[in-house]
Amino acid sequence: MLDNLTQRLGRVMKTLRGEARLTEDNIADALREVRLALLEADVALPAVKEFIAAVKAQAVGEEVMGSLSPGQALIGVVHRELTKIMGEAHSGLNLATQPPAIILMAGLQGAGKTTTVGKLAKLLRDTQKKKVLVVSCDIYRPAAIEQLKTVAGQAGAEFFPSTPTEKPVDIARNAVDWAKRHYFDVLLVDTAGRLAIDEPMMREIAELHAALNPIETLFVVDAMLGQDAVNTAKAFNVALPLTGIILTKLDGDSRGGAALSVRHVTGRPIKYAGVGEKISGLEPFHPERMASRILGMGDVLSLIEDAKKGIDEQKAVEFARKLKSGKSFDLNDFKEQIGQMRKMGGLSSMMDKLPAQFAQAAGQMQPGAEDKAVGRIEGIINSMTPAERARPELLKASRKRRIATGAGVQVQEVNRLLKQFEQTQKMMKQFAKGGMAKLMRGMKGMLPGMH
Amino acid sequence: MFGFLKKSPGEHPAPATPTDIASAKPAPAPSWRDRLKAGLARTRAQFGGKLKSIFSRGKVDDELLEELETLLLTSDVGMEATQHLLHELKTRAKGDQLETPEAIQKALSDALHELLHPLEKALDVSTHRPFIIMIAGVNGAGKTTSIGKLAKYFQAHGKSVLLAAGDTFRAAAREQLQVWGERNNIAVIAQESGDPAAVIFDAIAAAKARGIDIVLADTAGRLPTQLHLMEEIAKVRRVIQKADPSGPHETLLVLDANIGQNALQQVKSFDKAINITGLVLTKLDGTAKGGIVAAIARQCPKPIRFIGVGEGIDDLRPFNARDFVDALFE
Repeated sequence: MLDNLTQRLGRVMKTLRGEARLTEDNIADALREVRLALLEADVALPAVKEFIAAVKAQAVGEEVMGSLSPGQALIGVVHRELTKIMGEAHSGLNLATQPPAIILMAGLQGAGKTTTVGKLAKLLRDTQKKKVLVVSCDIYRPAAIEQLKTVAGQAGAEFFPSTPTEKPVDIARNAVDWAKRHYFDVLLVDTAGRLAIDEPMMREIAELHAALNPIETLFVVDAMLGQDAVNTAKAFNVALPLTGIILTKLDGDSRGGAALSVRHVTGRPIKYAGVGEKISGLEPFHPERMASRILGMGDVLSLIEDAKKGIDEQKAVEFARKLKSGKSFDLNDFKEQIGQMRKMGGLSSMMDKLPAQFAQAAGQMQPGAEDKAVGRIEGIINSMTPAERARPELLKASRKRRIATGAGVQVQEVNRLLKQFEQTQKMMKQFAKGGMAKLMRGMKGMLPGMH
Repeated sequence: MFGFLKKSPGEHPAPATPTDIASAKPAPAPSWRDRLKAGLARTRAQFGGKLKSIFSRGKVDDELLEELETLLLTSDVGMEATQHLLHELKTRAKGDQLETPEAIQKALSDALHELLHPLEKALDVSTHRPFIIMIAGVNGAGKTTSIGKLAKYFQAHGKSVLLAAGDTFRAAAREQLQVWGERNNIAVIAQESGDPAAVIFDAIAAAKARGIDIVLADTAGRLPTQLHLMEEIAKVRRVIQKADPSGPHETLLVLDANIGQNALQQVKSFDKAINITGLVLTKLDGTAKGGIVAAIARQCPKPIRFIGVGEGIDDLRPFNARDFVDALFE
């Protein structure tokens, strides 16, 4: 599909080999590639132009370090600048006011406002132990209020009922009143989706803002938005004093260039990112990782974090001890490992986070099918007796037949599994001999932007 | 096919319930063509306005091409289709001496029309009964709203319609469809909870029993990266086939026109899972650009069955390439 920037630059930079410095001349072509890559990632043109100018200013004169190619050096600059524009670090919600802290949500139709209200309520409840009230001022879309009610139930937040016959401002005032009298910490106000050019609707939300005087006004924006993101964001930012942005549907396969566009025109921090359909799917936004994603460099850090979340530490320690003590790696361990991988969200989710060039190589093996195969492997191992799992060498034709029948697969698949297991076993032996360091060294050279 | 372009909206008026978003705004526009133009007004203001200043140069030179490239790219046309259009313009310029701004504009508009024309294929719903239409798309593309508008559209053309509330996942999606059904007096088949495939299966059986012309099957929004959900929708399609071996007769992918280059990926992924036979492009009134249409025409051509250029029920209409291009350039 889309070439990632690293590959694109690789082609242009072939001519530059051996130059010790980046100069205006030798990066002109490369910057054109950067520009195209950003445009293809849906970053809006005004944002691209300004960005390219900044990169140029930074890059010219930069010395190319010994081990890097000029292309890599330039990507380093691009990545650094991109991170800078996206806001250096994560910034959270400001709730420091006399309760209730009112948060107003705004955005286009279908951006994911209602879902985000639910996710945000859950996040505030779980991580900050806040008492949260939600209210819907969407009197237009059929069943929008019903939707928020359901979502609030899932999030464990309280829902302030409203009806489509009331006026949004009245609903909001009543909700504030209720929140005050019942000592809620936070009031989340959901609104109807609206187009930035729809003047009556924009006036409505401006009035709503005036009546509520919220401490946070969040602009909810779809990460898949195209070039128009910049116009939309500008219009919303004019009509409302936005305090932050929430990026939704970030688990899709878009590059998310809209993040840069929106950030560029509003200057407001992107506070959270919505991922997945689960109510817990709202994550703090990490500018650095988004920069990598826009450039097609993958989100290695999130992958590592997933790995940390997924792996049971105690089991890992136990496993390490077992390896060190020279005990052999058996099928029980193999199964354990597969289970760990599943906890990390399966192969497909891991592959999403890999840099593009790896994902491409890995893409040939079809992630969906691979996840299925993993399930099958588990099935086969489950069909073995404990003795067989501990001593795979026991497995001869008759046992294999029995296992195959038990797992509902062909004998060949059992054989294939055993072969895979043997390879893994061999790898594990190398690990035990301290091959890990060697392995890591090998990997470091492969990952761009990690130096 | 239906001759709708000549019809005035008065022939099939929209209901005027006060809460109806359709009638929240008066609909004075006399014809669809005007309404398309009004809907694309922002597109034209951005696109057409800049084009004029570019074309006023009066000859096809590098500078014009570069400005045009920028303009096309910022209209979500995408790299590939942009290069194609520029190449076409260059070839035409060589062939027949384009020296006036009008001639250049006409050459570009012809190139764009040539590119989009193959996508203009109206949906013929008379081939089967019930004619089963499955609707898919990412979250927030406007599936359920489009179904409401489509139901209204088919009703206005004398067809009986049944809705299947196949979005069993999103909170209150079922209710949203039911409200639509009630307002427009259309039966909605829904279940308390459960399997989307089962709901749609039931709906098809009901449609057969009642002698309904068209079944519109809603599905939950999903991103192409959520592989388990993509598998689920493939299953929905298989189950429809079980209920009616000739179905689904149309699988529509609803695309939000605000979406950038990811739209291509969406078409490809959904096509792989459920074999897309047509597209519905929504929210063209908000976006400044409909350029993604050109990218789709180049890289994964699928007939664009309907486009939505406004919030009104009547603002979802069949796609007409000439009207679309004219509305951009006029």
